[in-house]
Amino acid sequence: MRLTCPLCGERDRREFYYQGDAVSLNRPSPEAGVDAWDDYVHLRDNPAGETRDMWQHEGGCGAWIVVTRNTVTHEVLGTALAGPAAGARI
Amino acid sequence: MRVDDKGLIDRSRPVRFQFDTIGYSGFEGDTVASALLANGQRLMGRSFKYHRPRGVLTAGSEEPNALVTVGRGAAQEPNVRATVQEIHSGLDVRSQNAWPSLKTDVMSLNDLAWPFLGAGFYYKTFMWPKAFWEKLYEPVIRRAAGLGALSGRHNRDKYERAYAFCDLLIIGAGPAGLMAALVAGRAGVDVLVVDEDRVMGGRLNAETYVIDAEPGSAWAAAVVAELQGMANVRLMTRTTVTGAYDQGTYAALERVSSHLPERADGAPLETFWRIVARRAILASGALERPVAFADNDRPGIMMAGAVRAYLNRWGVAPGQRVAVFGNNDDAHRTATDLVEAGVEVAGLIDSRPGAQVTGTGFPVYTSSVVAGSTGRHGLTGIAVQGPNGHHRVEADCLAMSGGWNPTVHLTCHMNGRPTWREDIAGFVPTPGSVPGLVAAGACNGDFSTAACLAAGSAAAKAVVKDLGGKTTRVSLPDAEDKAYQIAPLWAVPGKGRAWLDFQNDVTVKDVKQAATENFRSVEHMKRYTTQGMATDQGKNSNVAALAVLADATGRAIPETGTTTFRPPYTPVSIAAMGAGAQGAGFAPQRYTTSHAVSVEMGAPMIEAGLWYRPGYFPRKGETTWRQACDREVEYVREAVGVCDVSTLGKIDIQGPDAAAFLDFVYTNTFSTLKVGRVRYGLMLREDGHVMDDGTTARLGEQHFVMTTTTAAAGNVMRHLEFVHQVLRPEFDVRFTSVTEQWAQFAVAGPRSRELLNDILDAPIDKDSWPFMACGETSVAGIAGRLFRISFSGEHAYEVALPSRYGESLFRLLVKRAESLSGGAYGMEALNVLRIEKGHITHAEIHGRTTAFDIGFARMISTKKDCIGKTMAAREGMVDPMRERLVGLKPVGPVKQLTAGAHVFERGAAAIRENDRGYVTSVAFSPTLGHSIGLAFVRGGPERLGDVMRVVDHLRDIETDVEICAPVFVDPDGGRTRG
Repeated sequence: MRLTCPLCGERDRREFYYQGDAVSLNRPSPEAGVDAWDDYVHLRDNPAGETRDMWQHEGGCGAWIVVTRNTVTHEVLGTALAGPAAGARI
Repeated sequence: MRVDDKGLIDRSRPVRFQFDTIGYSGFEGDTVASALLANGQRLMGRSFKYHRPRGVLTAGSEEPNALVTVGRGAAQEPNVRATVQEIHSGLDVRSQNAWPSLKTDVMSLNDLAWPFLGAGFYYKTFMWPKAFWEKLYEPVIRRAAGLGALSGRHNRDKYERAYAFCDLLIIGAGPAGLMAALVAGRAGVDVLVVDEDRVMGGRLNAETYVIDAEPGSAWAAAVVAELQGMANVRLMTRTTVTGAYDQGTYAALERVSSHLPERADGAPLETFWRIVARRAILASGALERPVAFADNDRPGIMMAGAVRAYLNRWGVAPGQRVAVFGNNDDAHRTATDLVEAGVEVAGLIDSRPGAQVTGTGFPVYTSSVVAGSTGRHGLTGIAVQGPNGHHRVEADCLAMSGGWNPTVHLTCHMNGRPTWREDIAGFVPTPGSVPGLVAAGACNGDFSTAACLAAGSAAAKAVVKDLGGKTTRVSLPDAEDKAYQIAPLWAVPGKGRAWLDFQNDVTVKDVKQAATENFRSVEHMKRYTTQGMATDQGKNSNVAALAVLADATGRAIPETGTTTFRPPYTPVSIAAMGAGAQGAGFAPQRYTTSHAVSVEMGAPMIEAGLWYRPGYFPRKGETTWRQACDREVEYVREAVGVCDVSTLGKIDIQGPDAAAFLDFVYTNTFSTLKVGRVRYGLMLREDGHVMDDGTTARLGEQHFVMTTTTAAAGNVMRHLEFVHQVLRPEFDVRFTSVTEQWAQFAVAGPRSRELLNDILDAPIDKDSWPFMACGETSVAGIAGRLFRISFSGEHAYEVALPSRYGESLFRLLVKRAESLSGGAYGMEALNVLRIEKGHITHAEIHGRTTAFDIGFARMISTKKDCIGKTMAAREGMVDPMRERLVGLKPVGPVKQLTAGAHVFERGAAAIRENDRGYVTSVAFSPTLGHSIGLAFVRGGPERLGDVMRVVDHLRDIETDVEICAPVFVDPDGGRTRG
């Protein structure tokens, strides 16, 4: 499997650490309530098809990356820095 | 028997080798199979289940029968295909799965019991009593059935892993692959051509085809020579592409040295390649399939294409009187090639009524089939059944052909399913099955040489265009373009056993029986009969078995479907895939700067994650580790001890928002920390459980150094990056791991300051370096850092210098400590000291404990948000009846405590339902003179003073304990601050 780090280019997936669903981008406010937090920490969709998840180019530049891919075809549809996705200065 | 003037072997270079301790002679270029056939040795193996005598069936990597063991001792390799293994001088080959010898195999008695041993026999027979299966039935059955065996000894052979990248990967170098390489190579594309054979050319080396008026093999050699001259083309032989994976990744196994008598210096036996290709052309050719008829498995019966390969490529006539049997025109070539080479052809049997046979010099039987065979250890004759009834034909070799199956395997590795093509009675790849890969040539159903050349050229042109390049004009050479005529013939009806899967001994009857017993799905049939489940993965037999199943269940072949082809295409040794990871290579080893000194001092090194740390430093006269450990604890409690703590993670954090960032990742506040001070911090996961702990020092307004536990250093670094990049991107802060840049040593004990003042350039006192102070220091002019922090609970410091001074500093500290009645201490003493003080490690913060559980609930600041705060406040996370941290002291006659033991009420049975907690850390405290422990007990802090049972079911130890506070030594911290 190959992933394209937006900073370093196309790399083997062994350079990346996989975290999980990109839902982690949207941290609720402390007052958001139990359900919102339960959703954020525990509940994940299990899509057959397009999904977005978080990878870190740990063996490279360290950037956290949002990878859009298809769980059925294994096609990688796109990668983007989690930073800009969340407004970071990278 | 060799045939004169034929073959691509070097007759001027004879090669001696052994088979079953008998010496044989072959030529350079021979495989074990071709050399044995040349010596008249037809019997090469015994079958898996019935121990039937078997000879070679094919001439390639799909071989099911001729499996042999190569080499001896630890390096012996079982199940090597005699058709793939090249001979070299001194090669030691043995037959397998036969006792006492290949010719006289006692287990061939199994063959007489065949009426009972059909599909499902074992499942149905050995059912009772249940316990007998594991102890008796299975071991006996396994011993009777089987392949070769490993030596059971450590394999010292060298293997490698390697990576390759290219724009175009061409898999297979037959006519289609070579033509594609020529077109793409001339267009300047970065091409990698991979072929599993020792010479490129594929079937061109095995046939008498003519290309542009020269022999096909000569054309192939000329193309290879041209490709070798191109800087943009790489050629790999003896390399099999074994799998297709996501995003243009392919696996390949290169047999680097198995054909050599002596290995080049440092060369591996095999190399496992990962190839990344922007585009790929599959030109893997086709595999010929047998016809199932009674006793079609005798040595001497082989594939027609294999007979031509042995004749044309190796100059070997596989028999003196050869019969040919087929259902297609391609088989006819076999008879003409043999006759031209001067080999007697006993007859050409074609199942088709209207078969047009050209060529003379042999009897022709159309509308006829082979219905049986004779010959115990080798073929002596066949029974031909035609319109005029049965008659016997004497023959010592039968060349059979049921047609060709395109080698579609790789196109199915990513869940693709092949498409049935009625006109060739075979499956072809479904386009798009592997993104970026196209099939060309015989693997795509093009069965004439001209069609293969054209398909290879067209595929390459499309790829070049796709990659943005330009092709120059490459004219297609002239080649045969005969139409492929075939009428399906899978199994000849009749009595007796007709083999489908030769390697797993599956017959037509077995497949029919599976259908009768309602294993109608092809996947069920496969598992019930074990069809296609041997090391050859049914390359010869799957399609025929499928056809028999389709017939037995009254369905068409496409409707019946295929089983799933999975990687690897041919067997890959685990040693090659895991190359470099055996023994010490299994995981990286991290050494501290004091490693060599510690080993010199006799310290046994213990693993801490990837690190190696000293357990203890034994002294003369000490006989147990406890003696050394107790002594080292005493150093720290009474004088001064020195310990390398460099393995703790150290993260340098800088930036205007560094303090605010730390407030967010730690439960407690760091923005209020003064410059020159250190604070203990607790980190939670977002789910509210403790992630890690450690101290963080503020070296400047915008500069902090965080320490993490040894085990969690990597996780914490990743976590910080995540929190910053994803959750707090507005913060201007950066992190760098500096774990390996600093050598850091704990100097602990009442005389620690005395020791330091001996070596620091500027002395310290209690006002300049109070408890939790930090700052810059220097030792012998070398700038470093000094922290007054304590894990042992004593008056202690940690001193850090750049790593290159680590060893010298350690030696110096230990020497000074010894002069002050102290010395070095290791992990054992460090652990005792921290348990005495009630300090936690990952034994306690193991992922399921909360700040509340370890008594740190108040460390979660109420004034700010932090990671994990919201979830840590959930009702269940602060329930007083949770398992919470306490100390344990033995109070009964048994004084032993063990980590992992469980806690119960006195008088309650020690069963799961009564579980009240568990012990996490134990130590013998030399300071207190008895064992102590840390445990998590339900409602723990409310039970101080209670006596409970601690039961270790594994070691059968039961101890009565008193629940106490987790701090055993100096609970008010006077020694630490002193």
